[in-house]
Amino acid sequence: MNGFFSPAGFFTRNETLVALVILGFSCIATVSDPNFLSITTVSDILRASIVLGILAVAAMLVLISGGIDVSFTAVAVSAMYMTTTFTLAYWPEMPWPLIFLLSICIGGLLGAINGIFIAWLKLPTLIVTLGTLSVFRGFLLTFVGSQRISALPPDMRGFSRLMVARGTTEGGSFYALPLAFVALIFVILLTWFLLNYTVLGRSIYALGGSVESARRIGINVLRIQFFIYVYVGMLAGLAGIIHGSMSRMADPFSLVGHELSVIAAVVLGGARLVGGYGTLTGTLLGVALIVLVQNSLIVVGIPSTWQSVAIGLLILIGTGVPAWQAKKAAAEAA
Amino acid sequence: MALPDPGAFVSMMGVTKRYAGVTALDNVDFRVGAGEAICLAGENGSGKSTLLKILAGVEQPTEGVIQIDGLQKDQLNPRLSAAAGIMVIFQDFSLFPNLTVAENIAFACQLTQHQKWFHKRDARTLATVALERIGVDIPIDERVESLPVAHKQLVAIARALASEARLIIMDEPTTALTEREVRSLLRIIRMLKDDGVAVVFVSHKLAEVLEVSERVVVLRNGCKVAEGPAEEFDTTSLTRHMTGRDVPEHPPNRLIETPETLMQVRNLNKEGSFHDVSFDIRKGEVLGITGLLGSGRTSLAKALFGLVTPDKGQINLNGHPIPLGDPIAAASSQIGYVPEDRLTEGLFLTQSIIRNVAIGRLDHHDKHGFLDLPALVGDASKWSNRFKVKTPSIEAPVQSLSGGNQQRVVLARWLARAPLVLILNGPSVGVDVGSKSDIHDIIRNLASSGLGVVVISDDLPELISTCHRILVMRLGKIIDEVGAGTVTEDELAYKLAS
Repeated sequence: MNGFFSPAGFFTRNETLVALVILGFSCIATVSDPNFLSITTVSDILRASIVLGILAVAAMLVLISGGIDVSFTAVAVSAMYMTTTFTLAYWPEMPWPLIFLLSICIGGLLGAINGIFIAWLKLPTLIVTLGTLSVFRGFLLTFVGSQRISALPPDMRGFSRLMVARGTTEGGSFYALPLAFVALIFVILLTWFLLNYTVLGRSIYALGGSVESARRIGINVLRIQFFIYVYVGMLAGLAGIIHGSMSRMADPFSLVGHELSVIAAVVLGGARLVGGYGTLTGTLLGVALIVLVQNSLIVVGIPSTWQSVAIGLLILIGTGVPAWQAKKAAAEAA
Repeated sequence: MALPDPGAFVSMMGVTKRYAGVTALDNVDFRVGAGEAICLAGENGSGKSTLLKILAGVEQPTEGVIQIDGLQKDQLNPRLSAAAGIMVIFQDFSLFPNLTVAENIAFACQLTQHQKWFHKRDARTLATVALERIGVDIPIDERVESLPVAHKQLVAIARALASEARLIIMDEPTTALTEREVRSLLRIIRMLKDDGVAVVFVSHKLAEVLEVSERVVVLRNGCKVAEGPAEEFDTTSLTRHMTGRDVPEHPPNRLIETPETLMQVRNLNKEGSFHDVSFDIRKGEVLGITGLLGSGRTSLAKALFGLVTPDKGQINLNGHPIPLGDPIAAASSQIGYVPEDRLTEGLFLTQSIIRNVAIGRLDHHDKHGFLDLPALVGDASKWSNRFKVKTPSIEAPVQSLSGGNQQRVVLARWLARAPLVLILNGPSVGVDVGSKSDIHDIIRNLASSGLGVVVISDDLPELISTCHRILVMRLGKIIDEVGAGTVTEDELAYKLAS
């Protein structure tokens, strides 16, 4: 591994590239609108990163292990909507920590279904999660409900009003950082610890490096794959309930359809689709860039319809440049 | 069934393994003492790999008893085997390319000790100690994917040592190594032996095997056919045990009198690879090109077929120049190229034998844009039969074949195109003794039928027994040319290295 600060490693890393693009974008945005560089913008972007960030951490874990999961948005929305309808029907006053726990558990259960197909039946991850994406969502809309619920349980609404910081700038604009942001921090720290300080976490990287080698040195591949999909399901359940609380509406049609922008953020941050590579720093920078583009493209004077073009170009350049550099280096070495 | 041997570290008694009706191992006894070096020899399909997998705990025997330190083990799995100190270094090394050297070395150890937490510092210490033990210096924070093959192997050995291996099994350890790297590997194996670590060596390369081992065990068709001290075997007797027949090595067929020049190579040059290379190939001639790894022989071979673009120079075939750096033009001028790494460069592994042969003839059976399928299939099956590809069905995927048979498929594909010149890069790499001799016969017959054949190889006996002339390369230059029958293996080895 090249050290983070060694020049060769530093400039070919996706992280550096993404960070530079973020910096460049911010400079342009500040020039065209001096108000851009403000605490309000920062808090807006952080708020918008919460759900995307948790989902991206989940997607990254699967990519590192050499798989790909496209069902996590369906897991998130199912966990959120089921939790909301259950709470409203049986215990509307349920305190929010319990509501969250319920959603996380439902997410974990749905993740376990993915895990069973992938770890035990050894089916390809893309096929399984494409299938469960459709099944989970269809099941939700058919059997649980397809109504948008805006009368959320009071404690969910209460949660969305909890802030870690809020205030008014001298210019008179409001800013606020919700408590949900702490959940993102918690997920990041937990996953960081898992990936870097546990044998389980290193085994996830090992699995992405070579499943056959992992099996041969005695890594319990089945158990680790199952763990991954349950963990990812739990993170999705958390992201789902936060999404519902913060948008103050349980919308069974939301989230699904965004799985590819989440995966895009992860890939932009340097995770490889072949598995074995991916860092939290990269993933979070990828998320920040995608959120920045989604929220602030308009500031630079680019119409919002250009959003997906911009994101697409970022993916092409962000993953293309390091790949091209690697290819050039390989050609020179040959 | 043999009686248990109290002094042995591992004893396998009467071990049989059947896969869906096929007997891969038949009532085999195998014993390894502490600090002993054993050579396990056998052709592809003889049951060597099955034996290794059973020891590693990857496969369970159908019948038989395994004892470790005199204690009977009913059920082995990779973790139990590793905990008992049995470590297998597979041909692909089974490393994690995305992890650092330190982590690769420490991983198995952490698993056998059932560790929960990963400490980077401990992993690095463990790795440093293990690498010091075999006396090599590899940057431990480097990712394994960026290491050369020889280093990867050393990492695999260090990993085995780090988890306190008492028996290291090496599957084909020397295939990908250069001569000098093999020397240093043999030195390390001797060192391990002195430390009381037993080594089982699985290899095709007979000379190396005899040099380092104390005892030889030969398997054929799943049965143990010979066993004894290494001094009692020589390459000829070992070959006879492995193949069950005598495999004579012939000198090359006589060259036809005053043959015409087929291909002319003039002043071919590529900066950093080969310099100012000129030679001729005549009709019916087998020309050998040899050199150590890094001498430019592989780049030159590729340049002849347009896979590497030379800076300057000229290649003529029958007096007509061939565009440089254009493999399609080379192929249509009837030059054939069989790559060294047939798995990644030469074959469509998951496709059938017939398709692999037929792909070279698609344009020949093109009828106004439609494919004449019956003619194509007939043509391809004729060629694969001619080369005696051993398979239950020509519809079987190529990956199910042994190395020797895969090489025949590649040869059949090119010969179906009736080439004038055939370039063979490492024609018998990873091929067992019996098939190797068959491939040499094929080369001789091709030349007799009027083809020009270029054999690029570092297998000196192979060159001596097939080639009429041998060009010796060093640092990108042709430094010598030797005629058939005028040189011994030792003289040639000296020319290569001096």
